[in-house]
Amino acid sequence: MQFTINGQPYQAEADIRTSLLDLLREHLSLTGSKKGCDHGQCGACTVLVNGRRINACLTLAVMHQDDDIVTIEGLGSPNKLHPLQAAFVKHDGFQCGYCTPGQICSAVGMLDEVEKGWPSHVSATLNDPDFTDEEIRERMSGNICRCSAYPNIVDAIREVADAREPVRAEAAE
Amino acid sequence: MTTNALRMDKPVEESLLDTGVQGIIGKGIERIDGPLKVAGQATYSAEYEFPDLAYGFLVRAPFAAGTITAIDAEGAKALPGVVDVVVDLKTFIRNPQQGGETGAPTQGVKDVAYFGEPVAIVVADSFEVARDAAQLVSIRYEPTAGVYTFDDHVDDAIKPPPGSMPPYHQQGDLEKAMAEAAFTVDNVWRTPSQNSAAMEPHASIAVWDDDGLTLYGSLQMPSSDKQQLAKSLGERQSKVRVVARYIGGGFGSKLGISPDTVATAIAAKAVGRPVKTVMTRQQVFDATVRRSNTQQRFRLAADAEGRLTGIGHETLCSNLPGEGYFEPAGQATQFLYGGENRIIKHDLVELNRTLSGSMRAPGEAVGLLAQENAMDELAEAIGIDPVELRRRNDPAKDPQKDVPYSTRSLTRCLDAGAKAFGWEQRNRTPGGRREGDWLIGQGMAATTRTNMLQPSEAQVSIGPDGRALVETDMTDIGTGTYTILAQIAGEILGLPVERVAVHLGDTNTPPGAGSGGSWGAGSSGSSVYLAAQALRDKLAKAMGVDADEMTLKDGHAIAGNRRVAIGELVGDGITATGSIEPGKQEQETTQASYGAHFCEVKVHAVTGEVRVTRWHATFEAGRILNRQTARSQCIGGIVFGIGTALTEELVHDDRDGRIVNHDLAEYHVPAHADIPPMDIVFLDDRDPHANPLQAKGIGELGIGGAGAAVTNAIYNATGVRVRDYPATLDKLLEGLPAV
Repeated sequence: MQFTINGQPYQAEADIRTSLLDLLREHLSLTGSKKGCDHGQCGACTVLVNGRRINACLTLAVMHQDDDIVTIEGLGSPNKLHPLQAAFVKHDGFQCGYCTPGQICSAVGMLDEVEKGWPSHVSATLNDPDFTDEEIRERMSGNICRCSAYPNIVDAIREVADAREPVRAEAAE
Repeated sequence: MTTNALRMDKPVEESLLDTGVQGIIGKGIERIDGPLKVAGQATYSAEYEFPDLAYGFLVRAPFAAGTITAIDAEGAKALPGVVDVVVDLKTFIRNPQQGGETGAPTQGVKDVAYFGEPVAIVVADSFEVARDAAQLVSIRYEPTAGVYTFDDHVDDAIKPPPGSMPPYHQQGDLEKAMAEAAFTVDNVWRTPSQNSAAMEPHASIAVWDDDGLTLYGSLQMPSSDKQQLAKSLGERQSKVRVVARYIGGGFGSKLGISPDTVATAIAAKAVGRPVKTVMTRQQVFDATVRRSNTQQRFRLAADAEGRLTGIGHETLCSNLPGEGYFEPAGQATQFLYGGENRIIKHDLVELNRTLSGSMRAPGEAVGLLAQENAMDELAEAIGIDPVELRRRNDPAKDPQKDVPYSTRSLTRCLDAGAKAFGWEQRNRTPGGRREGDWLIGQGMAATTRTNMLQPSEAQVSIGPDGRALVETDMTDIGTGTYTILAQIAGEILGLPVERVAVHLGDTNTPPGAGSGGSWGAGSSGSSVYLAAQALRDKLAKAMGVDADEMTLKDGHAIAGNRRVAIGELVGDGITATGSIEPGKQEQETTQASYGAHFCEVKVHAVTGEVRVTRWHATFEAGRILNRQTARSQCIGGIVFGIGTALTEELVHDDRDGRIVNHDLAEYHVPAHADIPPMDIVFLDDRDPHANPLQAKGIGELGIGGAGAAVTNAIYNATGVRVRDYPATLDKLLEGLPAV
């Protein structure tokens, strides 16, 4: 099989039972994506596939021929952090760090969904809803953090989202 | 090598953290391990790579009580890719060990004691094959009679051996106090079994070589875990090394070794390859550790002014036969409020259920639910403000031990918290405030957590490059240990945190306290303090001055009009070990952290759905070492408390004790949408009786009382008292005000 991971072409052979998560962790040494439940219940394994956030534990590796996959390792490195990674550090949006890669990948995907104007369960309107903190909490609820850094995660995402606002306004013009 | 040892027999009135001028202690410095964690580069236990690594998968008993007569593994062994099915009924451990124990846990799995007990391990070339093969192993057994239901066996309860507190305490005459009291409360509270649900499942990699065993494990207390593992395997301690550099949460569930630890070590030896075993989420629920369910009778007796004359707290909890550990629900009852007539009792019902043991704030987390609900009920009976009731019962000294408190800040927390929250403006009539479909209520509760000191050692060295290295087998389970140890060393040695490296979680380095009981910062931090103090003395000697005449700042020593780079004073490098142990201070004073929670909830007037909408908490825990990580710890505790109040409940099947909801879809921990913004305030203080840092434990302070604040707010919103946790909407519906 072949796919692109974090901008690099990869070739791999995998058992048909191997999940995308296990392919990353056990075969490709990309252990940044975490296994918390293996059942799509916790969100620790969240990665971006063709730009959309998904639970890597709920999808088989063989389903991803030619897909473009981005994991936490592809967003930034300790010396060159992605703005969301940096904001998580600044706002202490984690403690043990185990759910964190999933939270961050999820936040990247979520902000893109917001940019596209997708509504959520708490949106007052179906078109281009206001991006309130309640929206962040709702849209991030698939990512559990047992250390419970939730308020800090909201602060981190809010800061990055607000910093992107002018860029979006320009794009709209 | 220099060792600077201290036993806490006397208070440490002057701390180097106050005289240091680096100016980093207490600041909300970003976690030094943060960049690695957010980039996915921190290495957790299952993430070490070895050539020829094989995968282990635990095989578990599909019954709850019985004696194994045969294990048929032929079908599994025939599967391509299976290396072996390892059975060792004598050496496998029945259940995890409790935290800090130095012996093996209950060993031997021929006689199965709970549903899902691990009894064998499949080893295969891949995870998928190991998992598949485990389903092909068949276990034959003779069933035995099990005891599964709590309610039917409360009369068989036994007095457990002493744990973190004596199981029984009695003083004065509570019955008489109750009979003569102007006001009383006498009710029963129930709390369910709970699971820590740390995000990282328990995991082990075992590697044997000529030096013995290295076990990469998700373990909170490596130095005692190493001893437990060595005893379980019959190996000498010197032949066992435990590595736990990053741990994806523990909350008590990883204090002791777990069945995967021993099974993986045995398997790796048997097949002659490194073996990795990661528990599935279901295995974590079934075969590690739960917080026991409790049934608590709580009694209060008060005079006409609301001063307590008596307290009774009688707790029933459960555990596996012979385990002895009891949930010390009366921990805070011993010292939080006055009242001369007292009964505190804990009895144990032995059941064939998953082991019970420590989960975040063992004791206070569930004991304060009953106590702080009871205080709310008493305040209402008397007709005074619940804050005022607590103020009136803030004793001058420990009501049981008759010793002074090291420091005592309950009333200060109550007053500051009430003011910050706007408690005075609240609606005082239960069910009296409705906004649209929602009933609005406010509630408060006090919290406290006993402060403990554990023996702990650390080594600190400074190299010619002027950088410091801290080494100890202490762990950081998300608590911020890496960062605060760097801050402590940096403050004393005059180094910015960027110039202090911290290496944790390896038993080849000095034995630390481990993470548990909120003692980590005080214990491990003090060992680093003492080592740094010894290095400071060496630097002063190299400068030719007394340490008190020298200032260390930004990598330089300054004394007598000279400013010298620290690296130039150390030759090839200097090293010292710091060692702290508890002493007379813990008998001569009662030490605890304190706090007060204030929260607002809205309860749907039709469905009974509860949402927490606002939270303020004021805490005091002596010196705050890092304002940001301390705040995060407190928020984490409060959110655990919200889960306890509203959603968390392990359901045991009455027929075999098995945990029915053994995953994160069915065991409901709070998610983002459940948690409002948190306003957290720390009262700055110092506790010289606690340790040289003058800091007290904070990791478990937030959870205490938090759930009671929620249920007190639910009462204020609806007029419904819930004493059977969690307060799910079915328990509210019947009592909601007429729509």
